[in-house]
Amino acid sequence: MSPSLSRRNFLKTSGALIVSFSAATLLDPLALAQGPFGTHMSHIDPGQLDSWIAVGADGLVTAYTGKCDFGQGMATVQTQLIAEELRVPLDRVRLIQCDTSVTPDEGTTSGSQSTPVNFNTSGLAQAAATAREALLGLASRRLRVPVSRLTIAAGVINAPAGKRISYAQLIGGKHFNLKLNPAARRRPPSEWTVLGQPVPSMDISSLATGRFEFVHNVRVPGMLHGRVVRPPAIGSTVISVDEASVRDLPGVVKVVVLKNFVGVVAEKQWQAEQAARQLKVNWTPPVALPPQQTFYDYMRKQPSRDMLVVDSQDVEQKLAGASTVLRATYAYPYQMHGSIGASCALADVQGDKATVWSPTQSVYPTRSGVATLLGLSPENVRVIFTRGAACYGLNGADTVSYDAALLSQAVHRPVRVQLTRKDEMAWGENYGQACVIDQRAALDAKGNVIAWECESWAASFGGRPGYDHPGNVITGLLAGFEPQTVVPQRASQPTGELRNGHNLVPSYLTGCISGKCGGAGSVASERVLAHTVISPFFTGPLRSPLRLQNTFAHECFMDEISARVKADPVAYRLQHLRDERMIGVVKAAARAAGWEPRPSPNPHSSSSGIATGRGMACVAYEGDNGYVALVAEAEVDRATGGVRVKRFVAAADCGPVSNPAGLRNQIEGGALQGMSRALGEEVTWNEHQITSTSWATYHSLPLGIEVPAVETVLLNRPDAEATGAGELSITAVAAALGNAIFDATGARLREAPFTPARVKAALAARNSV
Amino acid sequence: MSAIPLKVNGRVHTVNLDPATPLLYVLGDELQLRGPKFGCGLGQCGSCTVLLDGRAIRSCITPLSAVGTSEIVTLEGLGTPEKPHPIQQAFIDEQAAQCGFCLSGVILTAKAFLDRNPKAGSEEIQQALAHVLCRCFTHVRMVRAIERYAQTVRV
Repeated sequence: MSPSLSRRNFLKTSGALIVSFSAATLLDPLALAQGPFGTHMSHIDPGQLDSWIAVGADGLVTAYTGKCDFGQGMATVQTQLIAEELRVPLDRVRLIQCDTSVTPDEGTTSGSQSTPVNFNTSGLAQAAATAREALLGLASRRLRVPVSRLTIAAGVINAPAGKRISYAQLIGGKHFNLKLNPAARRRPPSEWTVLGQPVPSMDISSLATGRFEFVHNVRVPGMLHGRVVRPPAIGSTVISVDEASVRDLPGVVKVVVLKNFVGVVAEKQWQAEQAARQLKVNWTPPVALPPQQTFYDYMRKQPSRDMLVVDSQDVEQKLAGASTVLRATYAYPYQMHGSIGASCALADVQGDKATVWSPTQSVYPTRSGVATLLGLSPENVRVIFTRGAACYGLNGADTVSYDAALLSQAVHRPVRVQLTRKDEMAWGENYGQACVIDQRAALDAKGNVIAWECESWAASFGGRPGYDHPGNVITGLLAGFEPQTVVPQRASQPTGELRNGHNLVPSYLTGCISGKCGGAGSVASERVLAHTVISPFFTGPLRSPLRLQNTFAHECFMDEISARVKADPVAYRLQHLRDERMIGVVKAAARAAGWEPRPSPNPHSSSSGIATGRGMACVAYEGDNGYVALVAEAEVDRATGGVRVKRFVAAADCGPVSNPAGLRNQIEGGALQGMSRALGEEVTWNEHQITSTSWATYHSLPLGIEVPAVETVLLNRPDAEATGAGELSITAVAAALGNAIFDATGARLREAPFTPARVKAALAARNSV
Repeated sequence: MSAIPLKVNGRVHTVNLDPATPLLYVLGDELQLRGPKFGCGLGQCGSCTVLLDGRAIRSCITPLSAVGTSEIVTLEGLGTPEKPHPIQQAFIDEQAAQCGFCLSGVILTAKAFLDRNPKAGSEEIQQALAHVLCRCFTHVRMVRAIERYAQTVRV
């Protein structure tokens, strides 16, 4: 049997299983219900237990989740969650991830929200706890034994005197017909036997032996291959397409043009690739782009949408009366998600129905987007998450899903679209935002910070398409849909709760609004103003969106202040922090790193040749969604400007640890991805187009480097809520490295990435003072 | 189009294709192999790596016509989930993956290099991996796994 046939069979079988368990409610069109995650109405009611959990006649537990695994370990840890709450072995749990025909709508798997949503007292965790209590209740009635005297082991409920009944006997193959119970009790971490354990990744064997099916590997019968032809430059639109220019090529099925969307479909992938290269398209001249060299100044001059996050209204007065005022400006470039695989998707559009195998983080929003693009009803579109190369945010996954859908609709056959590297880098993805950030701080005579002001500019255009904005990514725009853009607006005084989701507010501020203080620090005179301006390029939520950029500016500036007052940077941070969990991670990282209390720069560092230093940065991610402190130790080659990182020590507090092995993997990867971004990654452009369009021009640190040691301290807090974890370490890296370079050399890097040229320029500036 | 014999993972296949077709497309589309993947199509990242007579090559920039009678081994040709090759076992033991898309490049490049240079030290291994990318930056574990395998070939 060929793999393509087996895929069809798999879907059929999988569909049949679902039908036998729970489809009666799942697929009932009258069961439309509003989800609790800011989602749209769905045919799968998230308030119903049967939407989440099914027990088969064989006792196998199937869990349906809207949070999927891109490589961050979410499949393994959600399987642990089900096994723990239902007291069944891991291999008796089957997890179905993100398929709009069968899983509840949990929006997008992003923003370090999977753990908060599914591992506390909502979503999957609440469903699993509800199911366990329901099964205990059923067993109690069947066995005539009070619940308090029942125990569960391996999916069997045991009563005294050897009475027992299995889950399969209780409910196998039947519906629970229950609502999720908000009062259902999670099993306490003190009793966990599966959660909290370093369970190995469940897909590692199939990955390491090449068996794992990525979306790139999906093949269905009758499938054709598509390639897209993107505009050669920003702002160019189609004048004409010469279909005859590819007529001589074998295998070409169709040239598809829809407004400015152009693609080709062919029998073979190689034929599609050649046709896409050969197709003659007449494009309008491009728009002029703002020069990259002066882009940060350009941003400041644009009309902006402004937000005052905090404003104690006494900052100017404090600054005027202070004995010392420090100021500095930090700049952070556009960066790419730069997935290792150029994005790929497969769509099969037949009449008014469509099926899309997509690596998207957002199956339901993608369902809506595809429906809008194709003119179909969302109910008739099925989006099946199929893992692609890890995305770290909004890579080309959504846009290539649209590409495949449009091309399949045009040829009435399944079409697989593979973007090229250039498609992905020049157009396919929504870049991480460029930012420029001004900092000012006032110090009293003792060297304490008494006022802090932060004013930032970030460039934005498009973003996640959500349910209603397919134009937020390139394919939607080319097909005629408008992206969301920035509407200039003046800021008003902040009201309500502190909103620090972007980490606009430094950790050292009180973050007070109308007397209610949500900040982590003690500086009460505070003002944080954020401007959002229109970006010439599509932007999106690249891993730790804005949180990383802002933390870079805050944590380097704190380091500048502590150096100015000749204080130890760790002690100085602690002196201005109030939040116990922040204090906890800072102390833990310093202790694990063997931090020597002293001011920067390093008095022991060599004044020529190789200089050595250490730096610290910390952040309360999104204000309260995880806590991390990171120590970086680095060498700086004064002659070449090269930076070599020797060691990272991270201390993380993300509440109760569900899987320490997976968490360490995320923290290690985040630290090194952050290092690559801090040292070399930068989107570049000329007058009309992006020029960083391959790995030759977008610089990712390869595997063949001297890999720094990464040590991780996990502060397990069983009594706290579970927070996000995947974006913790990366958020602190640029700042910790900038501070380490300063410690080593006394030169301050205020613009990322810290390329050898920038390091040498900073060293020269330092020497000329 | 021409009928071309191709020896892959110990089996001989005959494919009827344009000889200029990149080997990667032949392996993925015609033979339905999952190991080698399209990363960049430019030979820059390593995701499409296969062994050609034991040497690691980039199948995305290798035309079918260049293969000749050489024997191709893909990541799935090395071992199975039940019986992984020792280097695959080292990656499993070290949990050396996140998304795992890059593994053909990482595992096969390291294997080909170490099999020819069993006494190579860590700096030489580093050089051998100078053009292999992992964008999840699972470097710490991957280097440990490769070092674990290196110890077995050094014996």
